[in-house]
Amino acid sequence: MAQTYQAQVYVTLRPSVLDPAGTAVRSGLEHMGYDNVDKVRIGKYIEVSLTAESEEAANEQLDRMCDQLLANPVIENYRIELQAMATA
Amino acid sequence: MKFGVITFPGSNCDRDVVYVTRDILQRPTQRIWHEDSDLGDVDVVVIPGGFSYGDYLRCGAVAQFSPAMRSAVDFANKGGLVMGICNGFQILTEVGLLPGALVRNRDMRFICDRTPLTVERTDLTWTSNYTQGQVVTIPIAHGEGCYYADADTLKSLEDNQQIVFRYSSADGVVDDSNNPNGSLNNIAGICNQQGNVLGMMPHPERAADSRLGGTDGLGLFESVLQAALSIA
Repeated sequence: MAQTYQAQVYVTLRPSVLDPAGTAVRSGLEHMGYDNVDKVRIGKYIEVSLTAESEEAANEQLDRMCDQLLANPVIENYRIELQAMATA
Repeated sequence: MKFGVITFPGSNCDRDVVYVTRDILQRPTQRIWHEDSDLGDVDVVVIPGGFSYGDYLRCGAVAQFSPAMRSAVDFANKGGLVMGICNGFQILTEVGLLPGALVRNRDMRFICDRTPLTVERTDLTWTSNYTQGQVVTIPIAHGEGCYYADADTLKSLEDNQQIVFRYSSADGVVDDSNNPNGSLNNIAGICNQQGNVLGMMPHPERAADSRLGGTDGLGLFESVLQAALSIA
């Protein structure tokens, strides 16, 4: 039976890609007095609600969504967390 | 030779391209709405600059799935001529017709400027009117124009001579001080291995009318026309 799932998708820049926005934020933190911050990297957080037949099916779909649209594998990595929601 | 120009919600350079092909060059030009999968009988598809779908998620990410883009991919895979300018270049990398990606400019700034480019290849349909090593001045206007690819991809681009334009000084020096956005190897424009797909961040359509300060970009459109004439 179809089940509703809530997914949290974390998209991060691959380590080899420069992140000028992260560098700018790090410099802002330094101006605030946080001189102990070595590095800031900025990513994206995406929530996806979906229905699927099983957790495997949901994960499989989310993987495809990430590879095709939510992340760009050339520059980004992603990580998915998934919870089944209680049915009404 | 008929040109087709795709318009997405958020495109803003589509009419500039149409002005060049239809009004300056006097060639039939068809405007193609993003929801239209029928490209008609066009010989060249131009994917213009702008902010397709608001640049939401990533520049060009959403546009790659539009019906017009899917048709453009089929067209390119059959050898059709496809050119992406600025946001169009970003879309071509997102859809996988060109390798690599365009990321945030090195210095975080949106850059709107005129920049010298060195022409690295003149054996392409796109560049036959230029001379090897010629420096052309063409406007750029982008926030995410820093070309990135992994080391292997970059090497294969260099080995296969797929780099068509590089940012340079006015006398053709290619180095860090003449790299406006941090692009790897000063890459401003690349083509696919076959050479029928071209992507570039600079805007040749904005350098095609002498009243607007320069015509160095017109050579690109004229190259395409000349190639068509020599085949016919």
